[in-house]
Amino acid sequence: MLSRTADHLYWMARYSERAENLARLLDVNYQMSLVPHDAETERSSWNAIIALNSLEYAYAKRHDEVTATKVLHFMVRDETHPSSIYSCLRAARENAHAVRGTLTAEMWETINETWLQLRDQSFAEIHSGGIAAFFDWVKQRASLLRGAMFGTMLRDEAFQFIRLGALLERADNTARILDVKYHGLPGAQQSQGDDLVDANDFYHWGALLRSVSAFEVYRKVYRDVITPERVAELLILREDLPRALHSCMQGVVEILDKVRNSRSDETVRRAGQLYATLRYGRMDDIFERGLHAWLDDFIDSIGDLSVRISEDFLVGA
Amino acid sequence: MTPTFYDEMHTSAADIRPHYVPFENWARALQPGVMARKRAEADLAFRRLGITFAVYGEEAGTERLIPFDTIPRIIPNAEWKTLRAGLKQRVKALNMFLGDIYNGQDILRAGRIPADEVLNNAQFRPEMKGFKVPNGIYAHIAGVDIVRAGAGEFYVLEDNLRVPSGVSYMLENRKMMMRLFPELFAQQKIAPVEHYPDLLLETLRAVAPAGVDDPTVVVMTPGAFNSAYFEHSFLAQQMGVELVEGRDLFIDHDAVYMRTTCGPKRVDVIYRRIDDDFLDPQVFRPDSMLGVPGLLKAYRAGRVTLCNAIGTGVADDKSIYPYVGEMVRFYLGEEPILNNVPTWRCREKDDLRYVLAHLPQLVVKEVHGAGGYGMLVGPAATKAEIEQFRAVLTAHPDKYIAQPTLALSTCPTYVDSGIAPRHIDLRPFVLSGKEVSLVPGGLTRVALREGSLVVNSSQGGGTKDTWVLENGHAEPHR
Repeated sequence: MLSRTADHLYWMARYSERAENLARLLDVNYQMSLVPHDAETERSSWNAIIALNSLEYAYAKRHDEVTATKVLHFMVRDETHPSSIYSCLRAARENAHAVRGTLTAEMWETINETWLQLRDQSFAEIHSGGIAAFFDWVKQRASLLRGAMFGTMLRDEAFQFIRLGALLERADNTARILDVKYHGLPGAQQSQGDDLVDANDFYHWGALLRSVSAFEVYRKVYRDVITPERVAELLILREDLPRALHSCMQGVVEILDKVRNSRSDETVRRAGQLYATLRYGRMDDIFERGLHAWLDDFIDSIGDLSVRISEDFLVGA
Repeated sequence: MTPTFYDEMHTSAADIRPHYVPFENWARALQPGVMARKRAEADLAFRRLGITFAVYGEEAGTERLIPFDTIPRIIPNAEWKTLRAGLKQRVKALNMFLGDIYNGQDILRAGRIPADEVLNNAQFRPEMKGFKVPNGIYAHIAGVDIVRAGAGEFYVLEDNLRVPSGVSYMLENRKMMMRLFPELFAQQKIAPVEHYPDLLLETLRAVAPAGVDDPTVVVMTPGAFNSAYFEHSFLAQQMGVELVEGRDLFIDHDAVYMRTTCGPKRVDVIYRRIDDDFLDPQVFRPDSMLGVPGLLKAYRAGRVTLCNAIGTGVADDKSIYPYVGEMVRFYLGEEPILNNVPTWRCREKDDLRYVLAHLPQLVVKEVHGAGGYGMLVGPAATKAEIEQFRAVLTAHPDKYIAQPTLALSTCPTYVDSGIAPRHIDLRPFVLSGKEVSLVPGGLTRVALREGSLVVNSSQGGGTKDTWVLENGHAEPHR
């Protein structure tokens, strides 16, 4: 397929996935802020959201203090910077529009309607309708798009590049969420695996799991109390949890093998190498290296793969 | 003076033409409110599908719906047969004319058309001289604008031989009508149009460079911000071919390639929806970012086919229009089946004198213009506008032609105040590849403003589904 077409599809998927993950993250932060706690904890949790996306400068230019409403406005409906849900869904729609003929009618209609509905809502309207309901709506629209894709699309190259974009973005986003949340959370540094976690921690870890729809999964897998180590293990090493890093990278490696061309050998090799650390890695080794350092490396590797994929496939000879 | 218009549906307030009777009976039996609901449904569906066009001169990225009217324009079978024969004849002659003027120029030497009208025409492309295009076809896709006037006779208003658009609306309008009112299609035999993309692909494949057995066809668009982008993308999708922009293509040893995820891939036929001027910055406009450097050279080397060919604009120019009847007689030895609108060529002294004396009754058009921007509609113009135009016309008479103001036929149409007659035209799409073919009907455009004769979508026009009735009644559904 045309490199430019693949490029649009890939970015459509990335922006769409990013909007969904942002909604998940903001939703969790919002839920957590409803649990009683001191003002400093709340402020730092919203600060973390801004830092997670490296938006400290952009935020400071627009707002002089960090409050829940201001951060929500900034991350949801601010159209003056590219990282809000609004801007992501606009970019997803613009990319889709450029290659709408490659999408099935169901997919295009879903993306277009999502955008049309969002475009007409001010932040005040979104806020008064209940911000949680809005996040649910974003997640539902993302699910609808995914469903339309899996249910209607030919398994051709277009499909593969959409999946590739979504999986890379998801791997990046899960790693970032885990990194920021893990270190922003109580008990993460000193916890000893089988320690009982107090009620407040329980809410925090529960919320983190819910942000990747993995709360019930955790229960099912471990049938035990929630400990930070297991949360990290679940989100990093599980092969069968769709938002876990292992699962994402497995998909990336599989797709790169399907779309490989004369230029992509090195990219395939690097992806395979990264995948192997997840496939054959142990949690102990990751903790020994230090979770933060390990996640940092992982996020860098995803960045490297993105650049290489762009050069190999999306720019064109 | 109230002009009398030919109405497609009514002969008088009470009398309905026979081919509209089944529709009228059906419409009468509708529960109140149904039509309004269906119209809202259509509007929503078109918006969701994103069947929009971009409007130049408005805020960047503005997309508008073309208003869709739910009352169909119905053409009786016998009338369509005449139209079809006339269209095939006309487009055949136009293609022969193009082949002739870029090669032997027989028609000019025979004195049937003044040579300077052709050779000094800005749309004449000397780059095309002495070059044989596959099958001798230049205008593979023609969108011929037809109107019906006073007593019901048809006239050709314009032959669009460059990059005519609108066919996607024809197809989407039909899809919408079948979705909204399936029972109408069960009751009557309405000739299908859905095979247009197949015919188009067949046409494009038939004109591939010699020796290419399984040609790769692409649609070339100026990009997502072009007003007709929806159509470009729609046609590529319906034909199952790539939609490319200039930057997706490159030339290597006079062959055209597209950049793909698996490396370069050879392209044989380009259905280009870009004007000549922007195709190749090495030959035409050097500032064009939309084209492909070296494309013309590859084309002239016979390594790729462009559809439509370069230089077709000379045949649909308004200054050449008056001679199309002559072309039919000269090349085919037949009398033209379709009428031209009587036309005064202002470059002729006598014609100019007549035109200047009758400006309030005439439509004056710029010969190289398109899109309804550079014209005077005498009866609708103010005194000041007429005088202003008179000055321009006197200064540059050779830039204009004039025609009588046609009493365009009307068709009942939904407007704010209910149902009212509005003026319409018809654009059938004629395909020329191995043979000449077209789907029944075409795109009916309607001028939604009361009294307006301008149907262009850029000027507030809408569209209707166009039905050609087949003889006999439909089998009842079981």
